[in-house]
Amino acid sequence: MSWFPRDQWYVAAYGSEIAHDLFTRTVCGEPILFWRTRDGSVTAMPDRCVHRRFPLSQPSSRLVDDQVVCGYHGFTYDSGGKCVAVPGQTRIPRTARLLPYPVVEQDSFVWVFVGDPANADAAQIPRAPWLVDPAYTTVCGMEPLDARYGLLVDNLLDLSHETYLHGGYIGTPEVASTPIDTAVDEDAGVISVSRHMDDAECPPFYSKSTGLQGRIARWQDIEYMPPCLYTLHSRIGPVGSVPRADGTDPDAFHVEVVYAITPETETTTHDFWAVARDFALGDEEVSAFLAENNRTVVLQDVVALNVLEKVIATEPEGYQELSINIDTGGLAARRMLARLCEKS
Amino acid sequence: MTTTGRVFRIHWVPGTDRLHATCHCAAEREFEDPVELWEWLLGHPEGHTP
Repeated sequence: MSWFPRDQWYVAAYGSEIAHDLFTRTVCGEPILFWRTRDGSVTAMPDRCVHRRFPLSQPSSRLVDDQVVCGYHGFTYDSGGKCVAVPGQTRIPRTARLLPYPVVEQDSFVWVFVGDPANADAAQIPRAPWLVDPAYTTVCGMEPLDARYGLLVDNLLDLSHETYLHGGYIGTPEVASTPIDTAVDEDAGVISVSRHMDDAECPPFYSKSTGLQGRIARWQDIEYMPPCLYTLHSRIGPVGSVPRADGTDPDAFHVEVVYAITPETETTTHDFWAVARDFALGDEEVSAFLAENNRTVVLQDVVALNVLEKVIATEPEGYQELSINIDTGGLAARRMLARLCEKS
Repeated sequence: MTTTGRVFRIHWVPGTDRLHATCHCAAEREFEDPVELWEWLLGHPEGHTP
């Protein structure tokens, strides 16, 4: 059994991170080399020369037009991974080839398929359309996490921790005290956790960005599509407000919080986060506030989960956790991830 | 929540500490422990009498 689900799509980067320059990131233990070709598409291939394993992202490796030249002995590969030159001889060995990763740029992310490329189906990539929708303004970032990806999944599936870990930012007493509803769609591979607070304190994250003061209706509807994409549909409005029968919701503010949870190694994770809002569009002051505050919240999680990873690494085997009602969604996510790992 | 297909649903009964589980086969049962709840749901069809 693999420690991560294989034959799955993972977010490797934001599209904005990849220019016509060598870029590397390790995904599921595999170092991957990226660059944006002259025609604007993104390449993804192993970041190791087939000759002596030298990382192709490592200077003095360099990009020449759309070919990468290994900085150790000069093996040269085109954007499809084909070796087009080796030093000192004209014959290029048949096996001198980097096997490209299936790669798709979508919803501001660069997705790579880790597994057998023959099984890659781009239609299976979960969507986060708000991140590129002109009706929303988005702030985003990525924080390195020195903890296994499962700890971040646990964290995000149970938002009751907001009350304790993120008090003064997004946490209020009602988050922990409001019951949740959970649904697990076995066929679609979606775990939903819903918490509707109809009369709650407005945390600074939302009062300062929306202007709402006093008590609010605050709804949190999570959809997690294992292994990588997590979305939190956050609705904030005056107490008593509800969406209209026609599906519109003009009395409320909407924030789409998106995470991409990408394993780097068995005990480290890329924690991509994005916050898309349908109000104060283009307002740079609100964007700066939400970006700084959300990053602070993410870093509070990072600190906590880094500590937890160390605790787990040093504890005796067979430690028995305790789970209660708030863990219903997290337990479902663990089970779905374990099943995906078993198939790998 | 927008879900389709084989769906397990768990409702936290308001004012209580109990979880009401509904299997995709329509079997229902209440629990106080989410671990036991998932064992029952995932044990479908064993013990699932609608």
